[in-house]
Amino acid sequence: MNRLKDRLGTTLVWLSGIGVMLLLAAIVGMVLVRGIPALSVEFLTSAPEKMGREGGILPMIVGTMLLALLAVPLSGILGVGAAIYLAEYTVESRLTRIVRLATESLAGVPSIIFGLFGFVLFVMTLGFGWSLLSGALTLAFMTLPTIIRTAEESIRSVPGIYREVSYALGAGKWQTIRRVVLPSAGPGILTGIMLALGRSVAETAAVIFTAGSSLKYPRTLFDPVRTMAVHFYILAREGISMERAYGTAAMLIILILIVNSVALLLMQRFRAKV
Amino acid sequence: MHERRIERLLTCAALSSIAILALIILFIFKEGIGAVRHTGVLNFLVGSRWSPSREVFGIFPMIVGSLWVTVGALLLGAPLGILCAVFLSEFAPPKIANLARVSVQMLAAIPSVVYGFIGLVVVVPLIREYLGGPGFSVMASSIVLATMILPTVISISLDAIEALPSSYKEGAIALGATKWQAVAMVILPSARSGILAAVILGMGRALGETMAVIMVAGNALSVPTGALAPVRTLTSGIALEMGYATGLHRQALFGMGIVLLLLILGLNLIASSVGRGVRR
Repeated sequence: MNRLKDRLGTTLVWLSGIGVMLLLAAIVGMVLVRGIPALSVEFLTSAPEKMGREGGILPMIVGTMLLALLAVPLSGILGVGAAIYLAEYTVESRLTRIVRLATESLAGVPSIIFGLFGFVLFVMTLGFGWSLLSGALTLAFMTLPTIIRTAEESIRSVPGIYREVSYALGAGKWQTIRRVVLPSAGPGILTGIMLALGRSVAETAAVIFTAGSSLKYPRTLFDPVRTMAVHFYILAREGISMERAYGTAAMLIILILIVNSVALLLMQRFRAKV
Repeated sequence: MHERRIERLLTCAALSSIAILALIILFIFKEGIGAVRHTGVLNFLVGSRWSPSREVFGIFPMIVGSLWVTVGALLLGAPLGILCAVFLSEFAPPKIANLARVSVQMLAAIPSVVYGFIGLVVVVPLIREYLGGPGFSVMASSIVLATMILPTVISISLDAIEALPSSYKEGAIALGATKWQAVAMVILPSARSGILAAVILGMGRALGETMAVIMVAGNALSVPTGALAPVRTLTSGIALEMGYATGLHRQALFGMGIVLLLLILGLNLIASSVGRGVRR
């Protein structure tokens, strides 16, 4: 009886573990196998025509990149600043507990709520309209918890002796942080930034109501853009072109796999070093 | 002087997450409370008719819809995720464990629209063919959501299991327990609060997911009659109509946002009090 339970349990555990890996392989494999044939130089370097039935996705690639590259430096500066404060400037107190709770709660807020929020605050109240600016600010807020969490963890894992040596050499607190702590925590902090970049590229619900879904190239910060994820969603849901939907999805997945692989490599280098 | 100014700047950065959370709550409430008042809190929550053109806003079917797909996602995703965490920490040889860890992180990175799309082209047709109904259903949504919450459930359960002192397992093995017995009788029970936190956070993710659900749920505006019936959730209800809603109708969508936000903040609070001390 016990023997049987043992076998059954062990089998279930192995099946679940292998199953999760197969699930990823199946999802990525399916998108790539059906999407890569749709990719061509022309597809990647031209603008869509007839709502995306024909033509390419260059404006969406540009829009996706611009949004992420505007959002992440902003959340990066705020997030790393917050992490430095939490790790270097305070002991555990009521304030740090509240900051942590707020950060955790923010991490749990669904992206559709960020979309609604960005719509009222940036699009309507501040009058930025559906634009690069509104979308980027919304994404910056959304990715902030990811950056705070990873940066704080990396800063904390820098050994205390580094700081003591720096102080012993006569350096001040900020000098020590800037010249000693941050460089040692660098790869860990970069991991968080890459993860935030990946989330920005993958996001749909928060950007569709803040950045809009224009098919044109943006000329200023106040122009709307359509990201690859939004374009893919519209192509697939409205059945405009399955071939082009697969092509867009393949590009999206490739981009995300690259960004996240860089994040993982950085993380492993960081772990090996500390 | 210089040092003090820097400290002040960093304090501001640290307070930003509190400020942002407060702004979100403030703006969602400010924008949504009008429609809730107009309808009456009770009628808004338990009213079963949603007819924006007549200014009738009852969101009961969508609340039930959200709960149905979330429970379904947990039934499928939670056991799978917990077993996978056990696999990663106790059973997998190091090389395979590494590969599986990478897979879990990549699963977390895949855009939700891609999950929805796979659901649309694989899961929905399979259900329609073999189980009947339109295919767009509670079941399709639950299957897609179960996959999407796996990374959350796995990584937080794994943290909880790995935070246990190794003497727990060693003690069990020394008493003659097999690996599975050690897992079932010692490891899982001792890590239960962390695992519970993992499941609750997974629940929050399922409840909040939008784009993937829209693509596979069918979005019918009635209380679902079974697992194969189409369903509309709070999140998809908001996203489907935000594009064109104005006036009181738009406010009602923000009212749904209030309900969603309160549910999820509540779940987060529960998870963080249940799992206190587990994450660090």
